[in-house]
Amino acid sequence: MSGSSTYEPKSGFTRWLDKRLPIIRLTHDSFVAFPTPRNINYWWTFGAMLSLCLGVQIVTGIVLAMHYQPNIHDAFASVQRIQRDVPFGWLIQNLHAVGASMFFLAVYVHMFRGIYYGSYKAPREVLWILGCLIYVLMVATAFLGYTLPWGQMSFWGATVITNILGAIPFVGESIQVWIRGGGAIDQPTLNRFFSLHYLLPFVIAGVVVLHVWALHEAGQNNPTGVEPKTKDDTVPFTPYATMKDLFATSLFLILFATFVFFMPQALGHSDNFIPANPVQTPSEIVPEWYLLPFYAILRAFDFNIGPIDSKTAGVFAMFASIGVLFILPWLDTSRVRSMRYRPAARWWFMIFVAVALALGWCGGQNPSTVLAQPGSFRATLNWIANGQTSQQRIQVASPAAFQAASDAAEAQLRAQGATMTSVVRESGTTALALGVSRGSPETRVITAATSDDLEAEITAAKAQIGGSSPFVAIKREAPFQFTVTRFAQLLTAYYFFFFIVLLPLLGLREKPNRVPDTIAKSVLGQTQGAS
Amino acid sequence: MLRRIAIAAAVAAVALGGSAYAANEGRPPKDVHFSFQSPLGSYDMAAVQRGFQVYAQVCSTCHSMEHLSYRNLGEPGGPFAEYSVRNHQTGEMENRVGLPAGEHGEYVDVVNNPYVRAIAAGFQVPDIDQTTGEVTQRPARPSDHFRNPFANEYAARAANNGALPPDLSVITLARAGGAAYVFSILTGYTGEMRGTQYVNDYFPGRLISMPPPLASDGLVTYSDGTTATRDQMARDVAQYLQWAADPHMEARKTMGVQVIIFLLVLSALLYLAYKAVWRGQSH
Repeated sequence: MSGSSTYEPKSGFTRWLDKRLPIIRLTHDSFVAFPTPRNINYWWTFGAMLSLCLGVQIVTGIVLAMHYQPNIHDAFASVQRIQRDVPFGWLIQNLHAVGASMFFLAVYVHMFRGIYYGSYKAPREVLWILGCLIYVLMVATAFLGYTLPWGQMSFWGATVITNILGAIPFVGESIQVWIRGGGAIDQPTLNRFFSLHYLLPFVIAGVVVLHVWALHEAGQNNPTGVEPKTKDDTVPFTPYATMKDLFATSLFLILFATFVFFMPQALGHSDNFIPANPVQTPSEIVPEWYLLPFYAILRAFDFNIGPIDSKTAGVFAMFASIGVLFILPWLDTSRVRSMRYRPAARWWFMIFVAVALALGWCGGQNPSTVLAQPGSFRATLNWIANGQTSQQRIQVASPAAFQAASDAAEAQLRAQGATMTSVVRESGTTALALGVSRGSPETRVITAATSDDLEAEITAAKAQIGGSSPFVAIKREAPFQFTVTRFAQLLTAYYFFFFIVLLPLLGLREKPNRVPDTIAKSVLGQTQGAS
Repeated sequence: MLRRIAIAAAVAAVALGGSAYAANEGRPPKDVHFSFQSPLGSYDMAAVQRGFQVYAQVCSTCHSMEHLSYRNLGEPGGPFAEYSVRNHQTGEMENRVGLPAGEHGEYVDVVNNPYVRAIAAGFQVPDIDQTTGEVTQRPARPSDHFRNPFANEYAARAANNGALPPDLSVITLARAGGAAYVFSILTGYTGEMRGTQYVNDYFPGRLISMPPPLASDGLVTYSDGTTATRDQMARDVAQYLQWAADPHMEARKTMGVQVIIFLLVLSALLYLAYKAVWRGQSH
């Protein structure tokens, strides 16, 4: 922490430099002597992995930019040229593409860790908000980068996302044209996306500096959530945390390398190997895996909320699902930081993690896929067998008068003794009204698993009834279908419920377990059941 | 991996729904095994060579491969890469295509590769005559891109009932089933037609504009003597197209093994260092 530097310059040069630019002192205080809670676990090693990921993305990105051509006619071919002809281009391009996925994998673990251990609570609110800002910048950068290969998914992903911006009330359409650089995704879009994709990582790096600065001001949180009180509670960052970070990062690199060298395309979509074609929409448009949960929230709103149409509601919910993270420090009212000592909250948190994963799954599915269908499709067929048919021609002057005329014709047929009537419309103004009298009324109920099967069975039944009745009255009933969209709606509801209702209420109502007085006591005392 | 999970989920959903597959999607590709599919598997270069022969004699009439150049065939990892290898009987150095297992040899620059020069020379590509400025045709050189069978998209559509034969450079990456999908399409024709289209159960929508390209056995005469059955040709060309889409796969996997071994050793050492540093510190 600030104020008490333990750095002592050893040589003449470092003493000279220390008086002029104390950069070695800053490094020493930040990454060597920095007191680290002795009980931090492996969930705390993802910060190191994230800095590595940012470095890898920037270095590989700069090399790729030397070979990439931001031109709608050449972009796809230039990526192929990098893969095929640039020495080790395949390695650099795979590192960059897989690196984006690894970056998000690590950031999600890092964020879940922050939520579980209450790392956003005072005095770390600014640290948390800076982290959220980094995440938003990462999403923007990843989206811009995915556009650059100019494949089908690049093009249509960019189309969908910029359409989303068009849903913002009043200013949406202007913003959409401004971002695209025209009415549609085209050369100006690609050019500016490339420019911004190159710019944003350096903005991220700047915010990371602030994030680390805030971290060193407030100190690291730890699994107990108890602030270090004495020297017994902490160890110097180097070598203790450094070694742990290095070991964990090395394991992370094994996963990274497995994807880069053995399944570089496993996390991508095959449609992005088809060059962008503005006149052919792919059968499915999906973002990369790390954005699927938010895509599922966007698509969950298939209904209008009062005056707000479904599209605007979905866009609002999607932005709100990230926006809510920014105010998390003030939503959680609990006085206990770590969920290790919050017996109820930790279960709600586990459900939250499962919900976030399930939302990701929903985002990758066809929204109308039926997951469960408790009932079956039903049709009730009514007809009169071997009755006597009478008919009446309907002719009206204008289509507006048709309904009244057809009702009158049916009433007249019924008055003549018909037990069932039907109107077969022939044109806007002409129809044939049919009535059946006497005969025996018949009913048949047909059930089927799908609507296609039901229609097939209805056709078969009609053929069987055939000439014995001039017409058959059919009443269809569709069962309740639990679709991917319905599932995503439930999950979205929980997502917001967790942040907006659960965390504020739980903090007030929950009775936490006993929190250890100091970190040292928690370490030296009885072994903890939970991590 | 994610896609595999998604496919498994989709298969489960379909099984619950009762129908085998949706009408607008093709059947899942045939269960066909290729040597390159396993994590350490390499290409069967003889099959890639035969597949190139099928491409050159059949597919290339309609399909371009615009991201490939003839020189790619003779570059390291390519089907016609030449190496200078010692003949153990005579003790002399000889050039030969491909490196036999366990042999050392020096890569012969593709510029000096007679096979690639001969293959390229077999294709006529458009050029500008520098004395007259007229468009002419000349035999291709190794540095030329693969010949495009049509001058432009409109010419391609005009010659194919309005359908556009897709470029095949990355076709196995651009289709969900990869090489198995290519194999299934080539062998999946039922023999029926609807209008000008052909019924093929493995194609999305079931109707494909491409006439059965491997209509009969023995369509090509393999120079290595392999019997050119339809299945054999489909397998070979699928293997060749996989190589074309991912020409550095073997180098990638070899480096991957080295990197992973390095990282495993590094992780073990870092773990021991971590343990040593924290010894005596409770945490």
